[in-house]
Amino acid sequence: MIEIAWNNFTPWSALAGGILVGIAAASFLLLNGRIAGISGILGGVLSLAKGDIAWRVAFLAGLIGAPSVWLLVTELPTIEIKAGYPALIVAGLLVGIGTRYGSGCTSGHGICGLSRLSLRSLIATLGFMVAGFVTVYVIRHLLGV
Amino acid sequence: MKFSLASLFAGLVFGFGLLLSGMANPEKVLGFLDIAGLWDPSLAFVMGGAIMVGLVPFTVSRKRTLSFLGFQMKMPSSTRIDKRLVLGSLTFGIGWGIAGFCPGPGLVALGAGEIKAVVFVAAMVAGMGIFEVIERNRAKA
Repeated sequence: MIEIAWNNFTPWSALAGGILVGIAAASFLLLNGRIAGISGILGGVLSLAKGDIAWRVAFLAGLIGAPSVWLLVTELPTIEIKAGYPALIVAGLLVGIGTRYGSGCTSGHGICGLSRLSLRSLIATLGFMVAGFVTVYVIRHLLGV
Repeated sequence: MKFSLASLFAGLVFGFGLLLSGMANPEKVLGFLDIAGLWDPSLAFVMGGAIMVGLVPFTVSRKRTLSFLGFQMKMPSSTRIDKRLVLGSLTFGIGWGIAGFCPGPGLVALGAGEIKAVVFVAAMVAGMGIFEVIERNRAKA
């Protein structure tokens, strides 16, 4: 039986944030004709595709600069990172390699891909969601970390 | 220039959305991925809200060859469901479940000055670098 953490449940801010993410992805598509897939945008900077770097850096600068602009108006929401440094390094490596092999992450496949009803993205999204659920189950309930 | 400005704008709004929604908070993400514990389903609303907004623009733009700023539409053409897609996504999901970070939120938390996010992003960039090296060697072979 699934028990809901009602104390942590924040459907309205989650929905509002999701709508903003959707607006960002839709405007990127309508204005620039591209998929707002963050692993792909970052990966493209690393592969040094010629004449293709500036807009990627601009997108990433917007993403990284968002908290600073946010701070001009109000304080930042909580960011709680419990993972230790070894776990963060392993996680980062797996996320980096996995998103490039799978050609996308939560944004490219999960949001843009599902919005365009791509079966390929649906499979990818199911893949990383299931792997995420299983991993947390193993870490928290089998290993008890 | 127009292209980069629109990119900056999209990145910024994307970042605001991740902050507001709670996606940029790994503990929140792990609460969503922990169905067997006390489950926090909030983040289902992030994806729901984003897709709700995205559905019409993404459907309409299928027929367009140029964007509204006059750029070539570059949509993914592959529909192949292969080993790379599945194994890559599973690998990504394991990493996501370990720390609660996916690429976008990692970059946003880095921008918020979180040292742990800097370490995560550095490892993620290294992982992407490893992929590049493997791919280039494969292409040569």
